[in-house]
Amino acid sequence: MKKVIMGNHALSWGAQLGRAQVIAAYPITPQTQVVELLSEMCANKTLDAKFIKVESEHSAMAACIAASIAGARTFTATSAQGLALMHELLHWASGGRNPVVMGNINRAMAPGWSIWTDQNDSLSQRDTGWIQFYCSSNQEVVDTVIQAFRVSEAVMIPSMVILDAFALSHTYEVVDIPDQEKVDAFLPRFNPPIRLTPSAPHAFGGLTSPEHYFELRYKLQKDMEKVPDLVEKTGREYEKIFGRYLGQVEDYRCEDAELIFVTSGTAGYTARVGVDQLRQEGVKAGNLRIKMFRPFPFAKVREVLTKAGKVAVVDRNISYGHHGMFYQEVKSALYGQDHSLPIFGYITGLGGRDITPETYKEIAQLTLAKDKPEEDITWIGVKR
Amino acid sequence: MKKEKTMKLSLPTEELMGSGHLACQGCAATLAMRYVLKALGQKTALCIPACCWSVIDGPFPHSSLGVPIFHCAFETAASSASGLKAGLEMVGDTETTVVAWAGDGGTYDIGIQALSGAAERNDDIIYICYDNEAYMNTGIQRSSATPYGAWTTTTPVKHFKNRPKKDIDAIMAAHRIPYQATANTSYPEDLFKKTKKAKEIKGTRFLHIYAPCPTGWKSRPEDSIKLGRMVVQNCIFPLYEVENGEKYTLNIKPREKKPVNDYLRLQGRFRHLKEEHLQFIQGEVDHNWERLLKLCETK
Repeated sequence: MKKVIMGNHALSWGAQLGRAQVIAAYPITPQTQVVELLSEMCANKTLDAKFIKVESEHSAMAACIAASIAGARTFTATSAQGLALMHELLHWASGGRNPVVMGNINRAMAPGWSIWTDQNDSLSQRDTGWIQFYCSSNQEVVDTVIQAFRVSEAVMIPSMVILDAFALSHTYEVVDIPDQEKVDAFLPRFNPPIRLTPSAPHAFGGLTSPEHYFELRYKLQKDMEKVPDLVEKTGREYEKIFGRYLGQVEDYRCEDAELIFVTSGTAGYTARVGVDQLRQEGVKAGNLRIKMFRPFPFAKVREVLTKAGKVAVVDRNISYGHHGMFYQEVKSALYGQDHSLPIFGYITGLGGRDITPETYKEIAQLTLAKDKPEEDITWIGVKR
Repeated sequence: MKKEKTMKLSLPTEELMGSGHLACQGCAATLAMRYVLKALGQKTALCIPACCWSVIDGPFPHSSLGVPIFHCAFETAASSASGLKAGLEMVGDTETTVVAWAGDGGTYDIGIQALSGAAERNDDIIYICYDNEAYMNTGIQRSSATPYGAWTTTTPVKHFKNRPKKDIDAIMAAHRIPYQATANTSYPEDLFKKTKKAKEIKGTRFLHIYAPCPTGWKSRPEDSIKLGRMVVQNCIFPLYEVENGEKYTLNIKPREKKPVNDYLRLQGRFRHLKEEHLQFIQGEVDHNWERLLKLCETK
């Protein structure tokens, strides 16, 4: 069934098709339509779930975690300040191995108040032990939510499905809504081997001495390392049923590229237009869109980028006192490899300033003009 | 033949708490758990945030309780309980009683937002606050449940706590929850009865259990039960119930209201207080007692 829906509703559809059983959420612009539609879905009984309308994002995540411990499939959605308020609980979800799936709408952090997009909200949660998927179309949002449940429950690690404020959250696109029966076959009911029940009483998360704690974290990392292969395998299985492949990265015209952009989110979609225009002008450009940021797809990134002449990483975020965060990761992925690939770092589009095909042309021009980068951050479009 | 005197045991002999817990001597919070579980039975699940009980239960992989526990974040006792109840129901378990079991810091201070949220939604949970009147697990720091005049490590004797204890019961009554009660481990039958009653009611139920703490109060462990008796007899912590935020019922009205001095003098935390302070405390207690009596008058 094809429908024209907004990005936020794509999250709600993903949660309904995934048969989320407990939803706990709190409204925040620009996420509100996610919970509005989910409320309707629950009220109309097209989704058989308990919706706890909590008094904060903090309680939203706490309730999801506890419901997950009981063995229920759980979903929530938030953005920016709300995600930051959840920070402590994000550690709780991953550390407790509770496969909550959450939508996050990338919105710039206050102050000053901003409702427009950048990635600092979700990227500053990168060390909390959550899988992070960045989407660039509404179709990808629906497909990613369904696969996120599957991947998360297989390794008992929570997932964040991330989309840009307004650029995607409020953009209407045609989406092929997967058939419920097929989704049910792809995604069976959540059935964790260990759950909280009086019939087998256990204490979850009790005081853990140095004798045991270290191993819990080792196991979390070891399971996180299984995710890249799992995403590939799950993606191929999904593709067989639904005809669309998700994967960890999307490479576009990279085969013979002298310059490869590294991008994410909707800016990664715009980059394809930039690449096409550059190619018309005789510049052999390509685009590598990172779909999964945690765990970082090291192997895929190496595989694609080592073929390039130059790499330009485009970050819509910044780690203050360091560099763009995708830039950090790309450098780390290519460190110690047998090449001398110049990697340029660009920061642009903070607080929702537009990233257009022209942005990519400017970046291409700057990158091609130098043999190697002279600084770690080149600012694009900043007024100085 | 001389007739043997026997005492009638009114509480079940079944124990859901083992002896291997890590509580201090004379800890009433431990007794509270024991009695509450006797009333709730094995089909109970606890959400315990950071508090003495997150240690008392025992370190991983041990637990002194025969019911499942989710050790949750400090400020999330109520929201975790709401989520756990919803989760259990969605996997087909509609019978289990879900309990948030928190100290006074986790209830009066850091957890009050989540508690207020759950109570306003009337989520089907029992919230139990065992109140030892300070952050005892972190080493006796003042909370908003610490009474006027008390020494704690953050209210030294030269600058003792000069604000009254927050009236959490009035706050809960203002939420119009179906059932709430104060209780005390020195009156185990009353505590047992109230817990049983709470179990049978749907919606958010709140039990406020007074819990002497010899370590933090600088009292003798063997005085914990005595202090619990005294605090009811002198009307500092009266035993009462509230239904729907409106119907107040006083459970114990002392024949003769005792002065507060004897109670305060048994605790090192009040040792520095002068006569004028004691008089002030007595005045506050009298005022609160009169107010409660008015609330309990049948209309």
